[in-house]
Amino acid sequence: MATAEHKHPNYMAIFWWLAVLTVLEILIVLPWFRPENKLVVGVLLCALALGKAAIVAMYFMHLRFEARTLGLIAVTPLVIATLLVFVLLPDGFAVVKKTVGVKAATTEPVKH
Amino acid sequence: MSHVASMHGAVEPAESPLTPESWGKLGMWIFLAGDAVGFGTLLAGYGAMRATSGDWPSPMEVLGINLTAVMTFLLICSSVTMVKALEWLGRGDRTRARVLLFLTALGGAIFVSLQAYEWTHLIHRGLHINGNPWGASLFGTSFFLVTGFHGLHVTGGVIYLLAMMRVVKRRPVPAASYNAVEIAGLYWHFVDLVWIMVFTFMYLL
Repeated sequence: MATAEHKHPNYMAIFWWLAVLTVLEILIVLPWFRPENKLVVGVLLCALALGKAAIVAMYFMHLRFEARTLGLIAVTPLVIATLLVFVLLPDGFAVVKKTVGVKAATTEPVKH
Repeated sequence: MSHVASMHGAVEPAESPLTPESWGKLGMWIFLAGDAVGFGTLLAGYGAMRATSGDWPSPMEVLGINLTAVMTFLLICSSVTMVKALEWLGRGDRTRARVLLFLTALGGAIFVSLQAYEWTHLIHRGLHINGNPWGASLFGTSFFLVTGFHGLHVTGGVIYLLAMMRVVKRRPVPAASYNAVEIAGLYWHFVDLVWIMVFTFMYLL
């Protein structure tokens, strides 16, 4: 078994990047900074989280210095989780619709 | 040893195709991919439940983010001490590597302690696994499930890191434990990565 040592990037620079991105995330949700549009907040927070996760995977987990196929193994769960949200949503909305329908039927006055 | 077992070494390639330095590293990556599917499923389920709920409480108002921001910072710091431990081990400084591994484990232990404090505080305020005063009961269910699953991973990671300190001490030369520490580091950084996602989806959004 060979012991291959990785090239070590400047970890302190990566730490500061992660710290700054975390502060940005917190600033976005604070009342005096929070954008009015909820979609904008959601997109910004998701982008920052994915950016931070990518930095951790690329530099701390050394994915940047590994075979590309290993990167594919790492990305697969993210793709599966994203697809799963879209698979679950129609079912969830169907339950909501059904519940609303049942509530409406029970609150309607009975006609004799 | 059976004939098949004795032949195994002859038919198995000596090097892992994706991680030439060790098969263990490939094994850890495959384990982490499976574990990530587990966390991904939990977060996707959380997202779907929240999107389709009419009375989902605002996580920011119920949970607060002051303590969790500190916890997030702590995990990032522990990831830095982890990579530094590996770097010093690569330079042959076993003592410094062990100190940094200990600091990483300490960061994890403080994280779990803060999580226990947070849970206690929230339970006293009325957040339970089967209901809460703010809205959808699944809010508490999903919160305790996801953060609990992650907390268990951190606890496992602390034990793993303490075991690695022993491995580094016992192996005859620093280079002999490099792969083992790198594999442990992969697990620890994964725990950090998952928390980044949990912090965003369960506390900030």
